[in-house]
Amino acid sequence: MNTDDLIAVLSTKATPVQPNAAARRYSVAAGWSFLGATVLMASLFGVRSDLVDAAMLPMFWTKIVFVASLAAAGLVAAMRVSLPGVPLGWAAHALIAPVVAIGVLAAIQLVNSDHALRSELFFGTTWRSCPFQIAFLSMPMFIAVLWAMKGLAPTRLRLAGAAMGFAAGAMGALVYSLHCPELAAPFLGFWYSLGMLIPTAIGMALGSRLLRW
Amino acid sequence: MLIENEVVLRNLLIRGLTGDAVAYHEFLKAVSVHLRSFLRRRLANLPHEVEDVVQESLIAIHNQRHTYDASQPVTAWVHAIAKYKLVDLLRRRGNREALNDSLEGDDSLSVSAGTEAIDARRDIAKLLNLLPERQRLPILHVKLEGLSVAEAASLTGMSESAVKIGVHRGLKALAAKIRGGT
Repeated sequence: MNTDDLIAVLSTKATPVQPNAAARRYSVAAGWSFLGATVLMASLFGVRSDLVDAAMLPMFWTKIVFVASLAAAGLVAAMRVSLPGVPLGWAAHALIAPVVAIGVLAAIQLVNSDHALRSELFFGTTWRSCPFQIAFLSMPMFIAVLWAMKGLAPTRLRLAGAAMGFAAGAMGALVYSLHCPELAAPFLGFWYSLGMLIPTAIGMALGSRLLRW
Repeated sequence: MLIENEVVLRNLLIRGLTGDAVAYHEFLKAVSVHLRSFLRRRLANLPHEVEDVVQESLIAIHNQRHTYDASQPVTAWVHAIAKYKLVDLLRRRGNREALNDSLEGDDSLSVSAGTEAIDARRDIAKLLNLLPERQRLPILHVKLEGLSVAEAASLTGMSESAVKIGVHRGLKALAAKIRGGT
């Protein structure tokens, strides 16, 4: 078929499209996966029993802000790389800022604490399970973002895969923080980040296979 | 020139996305011209592939038109899609070339294979014209042009299963005609 004929055929199919397809798909994805991950967390790990008391502590809210801002930045990054020609842009800074902030806070806490307490600040009591449980709770969001991206058109597939994994990991961490008893910044900065990087690496490795269109 | 292009394309596309078929037609025409020069520069060694990639990009642009973000330049969106299709082509060619090298290698052979292929293509075109449209088009798009079933369906306006059935029955009918003809 020659190109003019093709154009003529395509232009007969100019049905109107709804604007903001990406925003709509990603809000559905985020809503369902938050629900899904919360159900998984509550039924398998349990919400921390002293959640109400913990909610009085500034460090609890610091933790929530840390993971929630990463989840939001991950979502925006995934949304941007789902659209052809849209650069990561400010989303890249939004991804780095919370990590830098928690790193600074961790350094301050470590410097100001007794020698003997430092390893406790870093390892807490749950470092062995924390990264894996975060990675586990990232699964609903991983599937939801995959669905969202399949309906859009990512063109840089490894980057899109990594963004998919990171958004999923941060959502997993956000939900996990309602179970997790740890509040020390060194713990959060290291083990939470590690937990989020597991799905990021998986997404990056699978990106070019899963996201092809 | 480039900025002017951007403004024109953007206006046409935005009107096209609301269902204005005339504006959309103009948009696709302007984009095809733009794509041709964009791809010609990048496919300097493979000039005969340019038009194929232009067409594949146009189909992708059409199928993915909901992914245009009005806050972004249209040309960046179009270029990203065209580059994606270009990489796709080079990957496919890379695979095929690797196979061809190991199988052929001899130039005299591949020349005669080339002319034979042209003859065969002419014969196929003749035979295809004997088929009804609902079988001819699916075979043309899927088997000869190498589009996916979904792409052929969106091009012809047929459902995907109708395309598959068309290919299947059409090939059967072709086989019968060839047997009958010799």
